[in-house]
Amino acid sequence: MPKGKAKEVARAETSSLALQLSKKRRITGDAIFANLNRASGIAVIALLIAMIWFVLSEATPSLRHYGIFSFFHTRWAPSEASLASSSPNPYGIVQFIYGTAIVSIIAMVISVPVGVGVALFISEVCPKKLKKTLTTLTELLAAVPSVVYGFWGIAVLVPALRPAAGFMENTLAKIPGVGGFFEGPFFGFSILAASVVLSIMVLPTVIAISREVFSTVPRDHREAAIALGGTRWEVIRTAVLPYSRSGVVGASFLGLGRALGETIAVTMVIGNSVLGISWSILGQGATLASVIANEFTEANQPFHIESLFVAGFALMILTLVVNVIARVIVARMGAATGRAS
Amino acid sequence: MKRVSVDAVSAYFGAHKAVEDVSMVIEPARVTALIGPSGCGKSTLIRTINRLHEVVPGARIEGTVHLDEIDIYGESIDPVLVRRQIGMVFQRPNPFPTMSIYDNVASGLRLNRVKNKDTLDSAVERSLKLAGLWDEVSSRLNNPGGGLSGGQQQRLCIARAIAVEPAVLLMDEPCSALDPISTLKIEDLIHELKERYTIVIVTHNMQQAARVSDVTAFFTIAGAGEPGRLIEMDETSKIFTNPGDERTEAYVTGRFG
Amino acid sequence: MTSPTPSGSAVVAEWAADSNYRARRIKNAVMTALMLAALAVTIGALAWVLIYVALQGFKYLNVGFLIKTPPGSPAKGGGGFYNGIIGTVIIVGIAFVVAAPVGVLVAVYLVEYGRGRTAATVRFLADVLVGVPSIVVGAFIYATWVLNFGFSGLAGALSLSIVMLPLIIRSAEEVILLVPRDLREASYALGVPKWKTTLRITLPTARNGILTGMMLAVARAAGETAPLILTALGNDLFTEYNPLHRMSTLSLLIFHNATTGFKPAQARAWAGALVLIIMILSLTLVSRWLSGRRERTMGGAVK
Repeated sequence: MPKGKAKEVARAETSSLALQLSKKRRITGDAIFANLNRASGIAVIALLIAMIWFVLSEATPSLRHYGIFSFFHTRWAPSEASLASSSPNPYGIVQFIYGTAIVSIIAMVISVPVGVGVALFISEVCPKKLKKTLTTLTELLAAVPSVVYGFWGIAVLVPALRPAAGFMENTLAKIPGVGGFFEGPFFGFSILAASVVLSIMVLPTVIAISREVFSTVPRDHREAAIALGGTRWEVIRTAVLPYSRSGVVGASFLGLGRALGETIAVTMVIGNSVLGISWSILGQGATLASVIANEFTEANQPFHIESLFVAGFALMILTLVVNVIARVIVARMGAATGRAS
Repeated sequence: MKRVSVDAVSAYFGAHKAVEDVSMVIEPARVTALIGPSGCGKSTLIRTINRLHEVVPGARIEGTVHLDEIDIYGESIDPVLVRRQIGMVFQRPNPFPTMSIYDNVASGLRLNRVKNKDTLDSAVERSLKLAGLWDEVSSRLNNPGGGLSGGQQQRLCIARAIAVEPAVLLMDEPCSALDPISTLKIEDLIHELKERYTIVIVTHNMQQAARVSDVTAFFTIAGAGEPGRLIEMDETSKIFTNPGDERTEAYVTGRFG
Repeated sequence: MTSPTPSGSAVVAEWAADSNYRARRIKNAVMTALMLAALAVTIGALAWVLIYVALQGFKYLNVGFLIKTPPGSPAKGGGGFYNGIIGTVIIVGIAFVVAAPVGVLVAVYLVEYGRGRTAATVRFLADVLVGVPSIVVGAFIYATWVLNFGFSGLAGALSLSIVMLPLIIRSAEEVILLVPRDLREASYALGVPKWKTTLRITLPTARNGILTGMMLAVARAAGETAPLILTALGNDLFTEYNPLHRMSTLSLLIFHNATTGFKPAQARAWAGALVLIIMILSLTLVSRWLSGRRERTMGGAVK
């Protein structure tokens, strides 16, 4: 036994065992570390509360001046605002709520079937060798920055949509009832263009979560369907889809939550028309997020910034609600399948 | 080497009682085997000896455990320091995957603030020699521990446990994940180690208990969901040839469990 | 198929004649084709964006672009986005330094210490935080920081750190959870306290996975524009190294130059878009490579 070691052992044996095991011999690193961790956890809660609080408090002067309910109309005309008068309220936000909703809904109508189809292909159909490559490719879709999608939208998508828009205004617009949604003229920068760009941007979210959901389908469900002589599609219909329905709904809601708050790409192609609602998707519009991005740095009218914060607060509440619903659906599915609990 | 006395220990996971009212004295320089059917609480019991039971959320114990004269559940006692005196080897070999062979063996000393290079070097060599692994790995101490075979990994874990020179060594089914040849090597090792350590080994393998232990304690449960109890504890030869309790006899003769 | 009397080919013929079976086959083929079409649309969109950006970007991208600032007028050619590249590096760097340790601490809290209601709330809110639009995060930093201290790169960094935080928390939590309990217990059994076990055993074992999540968060933050409009504001013509002043980033420069309508400015914006995409894609690909390695080391640990 080497010298150093022998000395250590000797020292250990001279002090009594009780003293060796006594709590006092150790500084309570554990307590410090645990509290540090807990504090950072609680900071997350505090952060979200602070976000709601500060965004609301910046909106408050405008809400006080005009009254909450006066924001529920469809005209946003900052140049008409004055410090003196509080009526009429020039800052209507209903057209932004409509714009946010319609753009997101069209985006989801496009991306959910496509995304679920891709996810099904990757998890059920494609050969194993290709899986990783395809997954990486679909994830790269999420790596393209919003501002690049917007720029691509301006340069490529807007001109490319002209034929489709022509078909809509010449044919779909004549359908009674829903025709109004497709009336011309087509402005290029439009609700349609924003929706298509957005649908590409939420695709990776829908694909990733759907794929995850499909991968939780137990093997024996699938094998049972295969053993009954099912075709590949029948296996998907009878074993995979019923099992993952709520998960796919959750995935769609998460995609929707992302779509509602998407800002820059939408701002770049939607046209930023703030004076009213365009019911036609070929017309121009604005969303809660786009009006903030578009006007914030140049907001110089009375209550202008504060009213943009009203839009911001509305956006925050909207996305919080959608995300909470999505998380509850996903969590419930997790509990039902005994996974991720 | 130190004596371990378990007094009226009951162990709980939340509301579930896993072990009920166990008292036993574990003598130094001997190998004590805990045997019994699975779910009888033998693994839970040895985890109360180094206060590892309580790291599971919701787990707690009643009763006391003494290391020589010291109540290790006493108010002034630090569980972390108790574990420094009582080493443990687990069911599956679990070398630290980010560490080399050398670092694995040195980890207990290093993490307890031993920095002297000579001390570490000699402790690593001594522990690996004791664990019978030195000849196999001395030329590649800087390779990752995860690259060894299962049996070598388990001997590495034994070396890691004895490097901090504990007084007691707990082994929780150390061979259950190993092939027969590796198992034999570990059993030989236990024979050599018992001169230096108080050893407690949990095993579900009765031949193993008969081969390696001096004293055997038999645990069982009355039924599913019931707590495990100590039925009897005696010299190994007596337990296997002339047990005092018919349940023990049923188990060791293979009629039950 | 097990029917003993008719020969194999007869059975196949019989099946093929069965109109019901044929209908099922056709339906299967149609559905498979639809899935393939969805895949084609997805990959097509990706290729269309990437190839277009590459074609436009390489027309203008050169060494000068990386080391010069834009000319005074958007109608003039020449110049580059050096100020934006520097701004992105500084702002994202600061955001990372703020978000990474906090994110890992929260993840450790959730896995190692979090019990009961508080932890469940934190976990849920971290999820919800992922869904808060980045422009709202920008508005929050505007209200708390900019109104008091003015627009600055630091304000931009703070907003990006909030964007990154939940991504780091959730990815780190996931991989720390994968570290086998055995390893922690082996460390406890050596008489190592919990905090040291976490720092020296658990976190190193999960290191590759944690880094993967961090890199993806950095990639996401580097592409953000919206919160920066409300915080860093931009500084289109000058190079600013001091994060206490207003700063530009690549994303802000792309946004401003793309929307001017002047061809030379748009040419610069394409080159900027290409540089930004290359930065982000390489981060993404490196992190995927890292996560492949993670599977290997973790596999060794679980075995």
